[in-house]
Amino acid sequence: MTASSAVLAGGPVTRPAVSRPVRQQRFRADIAGISPTLVLYGVFIVVPMLVALFISFTRWNVVGSLQWAGFANWSHFFSDPVAHHSLLVTLELAGLSWLIQTPLAMALGIFIAGTQRYRALYASLYLLPLLMSTAGLALMWQGVLEPTFGGLASLASSLHMSFLDQNYLGSTSITFFVIVALITWQFVPFHMLIYQAGRRAIPAELYDAAKVDGASIRQAFRHVTLPQLRYTIVTSSTLIIVGSLTYFDIIYILTLGGPGDTTRVLAMDMYNVGFMQTTFGYASVLAVILGLIGIIVAVGLVRMTGFGTMQSTQEGMF
Amino acid sequence: MSSAPVLPAPGATTQGDEQLSSTVWRGAPRRPAAPHRRARHRARPQLASLGRNNWTARFGAFVLGTIWLCIVLFPIYYMVLASFRSQTQYLSANAWLPEDGLSISSWSTIFSSGTGLWHDFLNSVIYAAGTIVIVATLSLVAAFRIVQRGSRFSAVSFRLILFGLAVPIYAILIPLYVITLKLHIYDSLFGLILVTSASLIAVAVLLTVNYVRMIPNELYDAMAIDGAGEWKIFYRLVWPLARPVVGVVSIFAGLGAWNNFVLPLILTQSNSDTVLPLGLFKISTTASGYGVNVPVVMAGVVLSVLPLLFLYIALRRQFVRGIGGFALR
Repeated sequence: MTASSAVLAGGPVTRPAVSRPVRQQRFRADIAGISPTLVLYGVFIVVPMLVALFISFTRWNVVGSLQWAGFANWSHFFSDPVAHHSLLVTLELAGLSWLIQTPLAMALGIFIAGTQRYRALYASLYLLPLLMSTAGLALMWQGVLEPTFGGLASLASSLHMSFLDQNYLGSTSITFFVIVALITWQFVPFHMLIYQAGRRAIPAELYDAAKVDGASIRQAFRHVTLPQLRYTIVTSSTLIIVGSLTYFDIIYILTLGGPGDTTRVLAMDMYNVGFMQTTFGYASVLAVILGLIGIIVAVGLVRMTGFGTMQSTQEGMF
Repeated sequence: MSSAPVLPAPGATTQGDEQLSSTVWRGAPRRPAAPHRRARHRARPQLASLGRNNWTARFGAFVLGTIWLCIVLFPIYYMVLASFRSQTQYLSANAWLPEDGLSISSWSTIFSSGTGLWHDFLNSVIYAAGTIVIVATLSLVAAFRIVQRGSRFSAVSFRLILFGLAVPIYAILIPLYVITLKLHIYDSLFGLILVTSASLIAVAVLLTVNYVRMIPNELYDAMAIDGAGEWKIFYRLVWPLARPVVGVVSIFAGLGAWNNFVLPLILTQSNSDTVLPLGLFKISTTASGYGVNVPVVMAGVVLSVLPLLFLYIALRRQFVRGIGGFALR
């Protein structure tokens, strides 16, 4: 990310040489202008990162005194089946989310990139989930999925479609997939916007050329649209994967990680261990691992493709 | 709905850009990395040319698009309908048909004191407003100094702030809880506003810097030659020209606070400081009488979306850009 900040800051610009008092004045203005942001950011983002690392080497329950634990918490992590399972669920959730959201968002993005008027209307309605808070969205779906009086249960009884009558949020076999579906409902509109911008950025000349060569719609998609969207795909995929590593709100409200441990992702596990059982030392290990995974995936994918491509994809969107 | 597409065409200039270029520096060189932008602009009218003869494909797209529309709308329809039921009606009536008796009792329950939801709503307003003020102000002032590049201090700070884009908030929840306790701002809206602002400031600074960067150096130099100090340059040049991005950042920050759940969950406790999403969750876990009062919960969720819906209708373009800010997060 450092390599790109020259790009972000606008590249080298030569400024006329200035006298010493002017330079001092500018320095003072910099301090006055930036330090409030830096203080806020330092106290509530940078310091907490260091504190999380520190607490992970201690035994602490907030109320009692803090005891040094060395690497005990960390070695516990490597032999803790609960945490391993949470890690697995987190990865499964991220993988499945990516697999479902990417084709869906791409198809819808290309759909609303079209110029027909009804598609503009559809697009504005597609965005409605983005207006809802995750909590509101989860509670709305709780109403729809509630097993006795909920929307789908009621539909099942009035239309005699018993397959709709499921224990959506309390079943070890389907609840995980229900959560994936709800996450899809929430986030597809967002990625659809990214794909819409990407599709509109493809020059029409490419399609004209394909047409002259006698390409069918399918061939045009395969040989023009898909290759042209590659940066868009990378951007959207990065956001889906990094985002899904930190899903918490929906799961906290709807299942608390259950039934059993089927939807207990790492963030949920961290919350349980930390805020429910008040073993903050070990919870901090989980938090640090969560943060590391997020940073590594984000920086890794960005390094692979260059921050510049991501930046330009997003500029297309804004 | 107007006939224009929902999003601004990516190649098209935004309202703000138009305003800038027509009033201040028409024809001045714009930001360098833009060859593709113009290409997009030309591309749009011919976008659908390939499929002109193939109406089956278009019909297929229409059908699939409509199916997704139904998937988007059906839970929302259910929620709105359920919010216009009393609890007894909810337990007996058909959940999907409006004819089985409607009432506004759930809505009046919300606005009466019993549930506390109206109080939570006002808390959310304060929470969002405070976050907007802090994030928009700090990021604009910081962006001004970062773009000026007056000293190494601003360059180093900017790199540090950019690093924050990669930190997931869940990794620092425990320290945030501890730090707010130690600073005696735990369980207060003030502390909540500060922490939420900090979690949004990196994106806000990046968005603002990208915009303020487009103000050409000639304008700064002209003002400097006229003897204007840094404060005057900010007040007379940067602030008037950067207003569009301040709007976008405000929406981004407002959404980040209004819809936040996990920070209020961790950092507040008492009923007097509960914000709306958390209050709704509390009600949904409190059984009374016939169990959880689902219609009241549904009405509360609708209430929490309404302000955003009005904003979305009024300021669609800025709103979509504000949502886009979350892509950087």
